[in-house]
Amino acid sequence: MTQGVWEADSLNECRKLRESIGENTNVACWAVINERWNQLLFGFYPPESYWRPIFALILFGFAISPVLFTTVRKELYILTFTSPFLCYWLLWGDTIWGPVSAAFSFLLGILLFQQISRSKLSILSVPITFVFVVLYWSFLLTPVAEQLDNFIPISLTYIPSKEFGGFMLALIIGITGIILSLPIGILLALGRQSKLLIINKICVFFIEIIRGVPLIVWLFTASLLLNYFLPPGTNFDLMLRVVIMVTLFASAYMAEVIRGGLAALPVGQHEGSSSLGLNYWQSMRLIILPQALKISIPGIVNTFIGLFKDTTLVVFIGLLDPIGLSNAIRATTDWNGIYWELFIFIGLLFFVCCFSMSRYSQFLERRLQTEHR
Amino acid sequence: MSQASQESAVNDKNMTASGEPIIQIQKMNKWFGQFHVLKEIDLEVVTGERIVICGPSGSGKSTLIRCINRLEEHQEGQIVVDGIELTSDLKHIEQVRREVGMVFQHFNLFPHLTVLENCTLAPIWVRKQPKAEAESTAMSYLERVKIPDQAHKYPGQLSGGQQQRVAIARSLCMQPRIMLFDEPTSALDPEMIKEVLDVMIELADTGMTMLVVTHEMGFARTVANRVIFMDEGQIIEQNEPEEFFNNPQSDRTKLFLSQILQH
Repeated sequence: MTQGVWEADSLNECRKLRESIGENTNVACWAVINERWNQLLFGFYPPESYWRPIFALILFGFAISPVLFTTVRKELYILTFTSPFLCYWLLWGDTIWGPVSAAFSFLLGILLFQQISRSKLSILSVPITFVFVVLYWSFLLTPVAEQLDNFIPISLTYIPSKEFGGFMLALIIGITGIILSLPIGILLALGRQSKLLIINKICVFFIEIIRGVPLIVWLFTASLLLNYFLPPGTNFDLMLRVVIMVTLFASAYMAEVIRGGLAALPVGQHEGSSSLGLNYWQSMRLIILPQALKISIPGIVNTFIGLFKDTTLVVFIGLLDPIGLSNAIRATTDWNGIYWELFIFIGLLFFVCCFSMSRYSQFLERRLQTEHR
Repeated sequence: MSQASQESAVNDKNMTASGEPIIQIQKMNKWFGQFHVLKEIDLEVVTGERIVICGPSGSGKSTLIRCINRLEEHQEGQIVVDGIELTSDLKHIEQVRREVGMVFQHFNLFPHLTVLENCTLAPIWVRKQPKAEAESTAMSYLERVKIPDQAHKYPGQLSGGQQQRVAIARSLCMQPRIMLFDEPTSALDPEMIKEVLDVMIELADTGMTMLVVTHEMGFARTVANRVIFMDEGQIIEQNEPEEFFNNPQSDRTKLFLSQILQH
């Protein structure tokens, strides 16, 4: 197995080389991975721009490090908040002012939220902020970006989503889904426990509908059905639609996992925090959620891993994830007939990621252990 | 140590607590579903008063004090705490809870925070105190309950008695005007009860208004200004401890006292 064939341009050449090693040899033909390495990792992303996803991944690594490890310098949190916009710019390119304008809208939203919560209209702070951000995205996002671009043009070559592929695609969908599904899941879980009837019913309805239908159906909905509901002429990126669907799907599962953690907390924790005068959000943020999330770590990571592996389902709606590419590679005349070398490689890539997540969750559980140490 | 503090409490008791009323409960009724748990409760507590509430289990004594900081909602009647009426208005409830500390049977410490963090959390987030100030206040209260050296441990590493003393310190850090104790020693091993009662006796010496639900009749004798006996959701009898224990009026009280003082 270790001494497989590494240098060959096609399966036939590989077989010839194999016979030259000796009679009855049955070594693997790893040459396919060697030859299609870039394609398996990047899909049809332009080779001269490979540095962009690599750089984005490194940036992401630094950005996530202060969240994962307490020993990392806190200054890196600046990256944590800027990297989503930077990574978007690096991956898709075009003018930098688009992501900057988007970041600006969130910044304005946060400031607006703080101002309103201090004023008499504090009950309306969430809806007003939401409406503001939506209006900004509808009417101001592009004009602001264009104006700034005329002023100081900084841009990278635009790369459309259809050129994205390979393991990079799985990572982009997986990481985005993982990061967004946790907060949405928390809100849904809290909503499901809420005594406010409307919020409660909306959350229950959302969770049950999303969770009750297979992911593949939602992916087809995203790729085919959604176009009928959107106004004609809108060009809503397929990859973005897929990311949204995967995120919502994982959020519904996440909500139920976190609800389990919330239910496991003794009622005394709620009473303890309210008797000290903490309000609902303070008590959730400081007392209830830290403990409920800690209890739910195994379930949360389970959902993360499930989500990450489910990204391979996008092959059915025509995105070129690693499985999609392996099908394409096996369809070429050069590599027709090769099977398990590709699948072992893809399996290995996924295993490394999922196993790291699992190890990290065990590390985190040990770190958060506060009894009898 | 405790002998001295008990004596001082006794001496103190002779001075009648004569402040303005701080808790007023009028014609308060509460139901759990169909079950009428509190019936026509009338109670007035003045500043500095130390009240012990006793009665058989299920008599509504815990529910009564939990109504005072709105951990339980009452359906009829009026509760006014420190001049604020308890209604469904969240602002009022939060205001009252800031002034009313509560100690629970099962401590309800936050296991994911250290002892010190348990104590500083509410002052920092609710009273908006600077962290350093909150920490020094917390340390002084931890000294008063005699566990300053445990400040950086987690609650799970402490004994039950120590945990309950932390819980008392945590409530005191908010500098409340009233302290409620809901069976503070019922979940403790016998040898730990004393250390908690000692802390409560010292607290009584400072003039804190206290409402204590407990079965510790020795504590009631030495510390209370008034003992209230409840049964089936009603206040059956209330009196000064001497009178209450030596000369109970109702048959129900006599029966209760004979049962718990037998041993």
